[in-house]
Amino acid sequence: MPIQESLQVVVSKLQDKFGDSVLSVQEFRDEVTVRFKPQVWIEAHRFLKEDEDCAFNMLIDETAADYPLRNERFDVITHLLSLGKAHRLRLKTQTAEHIPTLYPVWKTANWLERETYDLFGIIFDGHPDLRRILLTEDWEGFPLRKDYPIEGYDI
Amino acid sequence: MSETPTFEHSETYKRSSERRMRLNMGPQHPSTHGVLQIILDLEGEVVMRCDPVPGYLHRGTEKLAEERYYNQIIPLTDRLDYVSAFNNNVAYCIPVEKLLGIEIPERAMWLRVILMELQRIASHLIWYGTSLMDLGAITAFLYAMREREKILDIFEMACGARLTYSYCRVGGLLADTPPGFEEKVAEFVKDFPKAWKEYTDLVSKNPIFMDRTMGVGVVTPEDAIDMGLTGPSLRGSGVDWDIRKNEPYYGYDLIDFAIPLGTKGDCYDRYLCRMEEMMQSNRIVEQALKFLKPGPVKAPDPKITLPPKELSMSQAEAMQRHFYQVIHGFSVPVGETYGKIEASKGELGFYIISDGSSHPYRMKIRAPSYVNLQSLPLMTEGRMVSDVITCIGTIDIVLGEVDR
Repeated sequence: MPIQESLQVVVSKLQDKFGDSVLSVQEFRDEVTVRFKPQVWIEAHRFLKEDEDCAFNMLIDETAADYPLRNERFDVITHLLSLGKAHRLRLKTQTAEHIPTLYPVWKTANWLERETYDLFGIIFDGHPDLRRILLTEDWEGFPLRKDYPIEGYDI
Repeated sequence: MSETPTFEHSETYKRSSERRMRLNMGPQHPSTHGVLQIILDLEGEVVMRCDPVPGYLHRGTEKLAEERYYNQIIPLTDRLDYVSAFNNNVAYCIPVEKLLGIEIPERAMWLRVILMELQRIASHLIWYGTSLMDLGAITAFLYAMREREKILDIFEMACGARLTYSYCRVGGLLADTPPGFEEKVAEFVKDFPKAWKEYTDLVSKNPIFMDRTMGVGVVTPEDAIDMGLTGPSLRGSGVDWDIRKNEPYYGYDLIDFAIPLGTKGDCYDRYLCRMEEMMQSNRIVEQALKFLKPGPVKAPDPKITLPPKELSMSQAEAMQRHFYQVIHGFSVPVGETYGKIEASKGELGFYIISDGSSHPYRMKIRAPSYVNLQSLPLMTEGRMVSDVITCIGTIDIVLGEVDR
C-alpha cells in the first residue's frame, strides 16, 4: 500500500528544505522514517510543526535506542502526529551523548526527555529540569543501555 | 531535588514568601490511585508548585521485553494499565502483527473489538468510582463495582482470568469463546443503559460535585495539544480526535458511534466525556455483536500460532510445532513499527524495533497516563490543594502504566 499523499508532500518538502541534512527516508509498513543530521534536529521539528502542509502539532513520543557497537551509539527517535491531517511521521537522529532539547517546541518533551535521560543517559542540552524521573535520584547506571545486565548489579 | 520551577507559572511563584510550606502528598495516599508522590509547595492553601514524582512502581517492562519471546511479553503488558489489561494486549499485538505482515481472522478481530470496548467501560467505571470517592462520594464506588463485576464475569467466561487476561496472542486470540458468550454480552449490553442512567442521576447534577469540578483544572485546546494529552482528557478540551474515528482500525469505520466532546476543558467536561463514552462503547459492542460470525480465531500461519490442542496431542508434526514455538518463539522480520490504539486513557502505542530475532531489539511503550500526568502542574498551580485531588481523578491515571 502506498503511503499517504500528504506524507509524500511532507517528505519532498523536507528534502527541499534540508537537502543534505536529510540522511535517509525509509518507508516500511506504511510508516515513514526520516533520518536527520543532529545539527538540524530542532529546526526540522520546528519546520514540521509550523509548515502548513506538514502541520505536525503533536509530539506523540520521544525515545531512544542503543546500538553499542556504533561510534555514536544512540538513536534518538520522535513520533509526530498531525491532528488536522491525520498523518504521522517518525524522525531519527544519531548521537553519542548530547542532543538539543525539544522542550521549546513542545512541552510534552519535558517528561519524555527526562525519561530518556533517566534510562539511557542521553543529555538533552537546554532542558530546563533534567533529572531522573522513574528511577531514584541516586541510581547508578542507565538500565536501557544494552550493556546494562537485565538482572541488574549486585549491591 | 532541584529548586527551580519546572514550568512558566512563575508569576504565582514570585509571590512566594517565607510562609511557603512543602507538603509531600503520597506515595502512600489513598487518592493518588496507586503509589504516586506529589510534592506540593503551598502558601496557605494555594498550590505554588506541583511536582509529581512517578516511578515507585517501575518494573523495567521495556528492559524485560528485550529478553523475551514475542508471546511472552503479553503477560508483561497486562500489568501496565491493570484495569484495562485487554487493551494493552491488543495494543502490543498490533505492531507485532504489522511487522510480521499477518492479518488476524475476522472473528478474532470482532472479539477484540467487543472485549476492548467492554474493557473501556470497566476502566471508566473504575475511574468513576475512585475519582468520586476521592471527592467524598462513597456510594458511587459501590454502584460502579456492580456493573464492572458483570464485565469481569464476561472476561472470566472468555479466558478464565478476571484482571490480567493475557487472552490475546500474536495472530489472534488464545482460544475461541465458550458457548453462551454472545448471549451474555448481549444481556449486558441490554441492561447497561439502565445502570448508566443510575450513575448519571446520582452524580451529574449533584450541586456539591458541580462545585468541586466546574472551572477546576481548565486546559485550553492549545495547551492540551502542546502537552500531548490524548483520550478523554484531550476531548474534554474540545479537540475532536479519536483514533477509532480519525485513523480507524479493526473495522471501527463500519460502526456508527459518536465522539463526545467537551467545551470548557475543566474537570466537569472531562467527567461528562467519559460518562458519554461508556454509552458509546456500549453501542459499539451492540453493533459489533452483529458482525461476529463463527470462524477461526488464530491466523492460519503455522510458524506463529500454536496448533490446536487436539492436534498437538495426536499428530507428531503438530506436537513438534508446539514444542518448537514454546522453546524458540518465532522470529520477526527486521524493521520497526509503531502500533497504536485508542485505549481507555488515551493513545496507547507500542514502538517495536526488530533485529530479525525472536526478541524485540527495543520496545517502547507510549503510555497515555504518563504523558497525561505531565499536565497536572498546569492544571493545579495557583489553585487550592483540594483541586489537586479532583484533577488527579479526572486525568485518570493508572500508576502501573505511568511507571511501567
